[in-house]
Amino acid sequence: MNRRALAVCAGLLVAMPFVAGEYYINLASQILIAALFALSLNLLVGYGGLTSLGHAAYMGVAAYVSGWLFLKFGFGHLASAPLALLVTTLMAAVFGLIALRASGIGFLMITLALGQVLWGLAFRWVTVTNGDNGLSGLTRPMPFGIDLNGANAFYFFTLIIFAASMVCIVAFANSAFGSVLRGTRDQPRRMLALGHNVWLVRYLTFISAGFWAAVSGLLFVYYHKFIHPQALGLTNSAETLLMVIAGGSGTLIGPIVGAAIVVLLKNYVSAFVERWTMLLGFVFLFIVLFMPDGVVPGVQRLWARLTGKGRAPQRGQP
Amino acid sequence: MLIKSLRAALCAAGAVAATLLPLQSSHAQTEPIRIGFLTVRTGALAAGGKQMEEGIQLFLKERNNMIAGRKVELIIADTGGNPAGAKTKTQELVERNKVHVIIGPLAAFEALAIDDYIRQTKTPIVAPSAAAEDLTQRKPNPWFVRTSTSSAQPNQPLGEYAAKTLGYKRVAIIADDFAYGHETASGFQRVFEDNGGKVVQKLWPPLNVADYGSYVGQLKGNVDAIYAGFAGANGLRFLKQLREYGNKLPVLGSATTTDEGILKQMGDEALGVISGSWYSAAIDTPESKRFVAAANKEFGADPGYYTLGAYSSGVLVEQAAKAVNGKVEDKEAFMKALRNPGTVKDARGEWKVDEYGNPVQNIYIRKVERKGGKLVNTVVKTYPNVSQFWTYEPKAFLAAPVYSRDVPPSKNIEP
Repeated sequence: MNRRALAVCAGLLVAMPFVAGEYYINLASQILIAALFALSLNLLVGYGGLTSLGHAAYMGVAAYVSGWLFLKFGFGHLASAPLALLVTTLMAAVFGLIALRASGIGFLMITLALGQVLWGLAFRWVTVTNGDNGLSGLTRPMPFGIDLNGANAFYFFTLIIFAASMVCIVAFANSAFGSVLRGTRDQPRRMLALGHNVWLVRYLTFISAGFWAAVSGLLFVYYHKFIHPQALGLTNSAETLLMVIAGGSGTLIGPIVGAAIVVLLKNYVSAFVERWTMLLGFVFLFIVLFMPDGVVPGVQRLWARLTGKGRAPQRGQP
Repeated sequence: MLIKSLRAALCAAGAVAATLLPLQSSHAQTEPIRIGFLTVRTGALAAGGKQMEEGIQLFLKERNNMIAGRKVELIIADTGGNPAGAKTKTQELVERNKVHVIIGPLAAFEALAIDDYIRQTKTPIVAPSAAAEDLTQRKPNPWFVRTSTSSAQPNQPLGEYAAKTLGYKRVAIIADDFAYGHETASGFQRVFEDNGGKVVQKLWPPLNVADYGSYVGQLKGNVDAIYAGFAGANGLRFLKQLREYGNKLPVLGSATTTDEGILKQMGDEALGVISGSWYSAAIDTPESKRFVAAANKEFGADPGYYTLGAYSSGVLVEQAAKAVNGKVEDKEAFMKALRNPGTVKDARGEWKVDEYGNPVQNIYIRKVERKGGKLVNTVVKTYPNVSQFWTYEPKAFLAAPVYSRDVPPSKNIEP
């Protein structure tokens, strides 16, 4: 991605609150949160070739831990946020041991099962999670005494966290480790023969995917000030997988575009189109038929063909 | 390079400004009353959402789309039956559509998800169905008023009816394993046991259980009756399987177990089920008969919990709007009128709003009978002017924890 395009995006994102209404700013915050979550899943799906259907568990657990610490023990955000990240990352470390005994469909089923176990726990462990009534009465943090309850303030808070996370994720993807990870996706046996510990590479990726999902989970609970078992549900996991695949898995921009498509269809277009779920289906059908590797690679290829310069990007290139 | 980048950024910012500014233009002065309506059109709760929409549409049709001398603009939003969707749609109604009042949402967890937001934005919410106890008890919200019932409100009188009138001594409880199921069953248990009855068994099948067979098999045979606290289509499935397994014990139930919304799909298995509710389509008053006839004419079905809940929300909004002479823009005054409407009249009879925002109303003990070829909830007894606290002192009631799986404690469970 060239520098000018990056500057355009940054300009758009920073200028947004000065021109758009409150509703659109909140929508933008939600897109950023969903995008960060999709980016974390993309580490597994796009770079590692490990399709997970239980990723919402990490988002949900981070949110629940943060909310529970506040409600039960009155922890401030300064204490609860690192603890929530720590607990969720440790959980990812444990789940990784279980899930990475398999790959492909087996991995998918194990992550699905683990996700559903946590969903069931959130729904029925009423004394901690308050069951179907969820945890309410939560607050947003006040970094440096700035009140984040306004739409603009929260948007900038989200934008800063998102940008910082994005920098880390880009560095991760472009590092030597990122190359090795892509190698384990495309040629695991060859990587093994070259002396790489394929399992360890996948395991570390699994843990970092869990960590970034936890970061988005914190943003999610700060935004909603409420957490309900549905946040850990299969629907949430599947929807995020759709974001990654529709936008273009294994690219850095793809999951962000995918998140924007899904959030906008779900929240904005649904106000005008009653059967918006059908529209969502058609959009995905269109993407699968005409841009099977996602919107971002598809558009890039189209652009290359139209301008007649550059070559079509290959799968896995940022 | 840097200058080029900066210029690109500025151009982009300008483009956003150009596209978004027209959307913020203010509306004209002579405006309709804008009512936001949070419903569910997709997912598991869509059946209830459809009935809610029918209720409000029927109300507006009868009023010719005018209340308190002003036209009504109804803006319907589909939350998808999930908390995040409820929040986003509420924001859309408040920030983009600038509604004066919101009717909805359907599920309790949706109401809890937007609780904080409506406080912050001071948006009047009229809830036609969400029944969670604490919405009008331990976490009362000054911007919230309910037109249906709290979960336990109709089940507390049912507990007394079962113990005193029916003379039951021992009851087994089976109810959906989520907050609404816990709260309905616990309300029944508390009053039943305070009147000398014993709840000797409690079973909590998960909401999405595929088959009730294993639970029916576990139910004790040496009880006087079974209390079934179900919502949605679960009541239908449970009653069918209960009778298929040859269990002939009498069944008591919460309002939603045999709600008119699903009663039409039931067969003989529902006959004789006794439930407590704040409404029955079989109430024998002229207003109720008119309402039932109108609903049958419009939608071809008897109205139930969700239909009347939404219809009554319309009635309450109209009454409050009249009280402030149509000036719904004055949020504080409008909300005050919504919380203190005096006596409201609709198909259920007359009701008032208590200081926590919950109706004080008649509770009907109903028995499923077959009349004129269809199943109806015949009223067998009316408890007049029942509060959400039943006969308990509100302060003591609120000091105790909210009804749940283990509240009140079950001392009479037999292994």
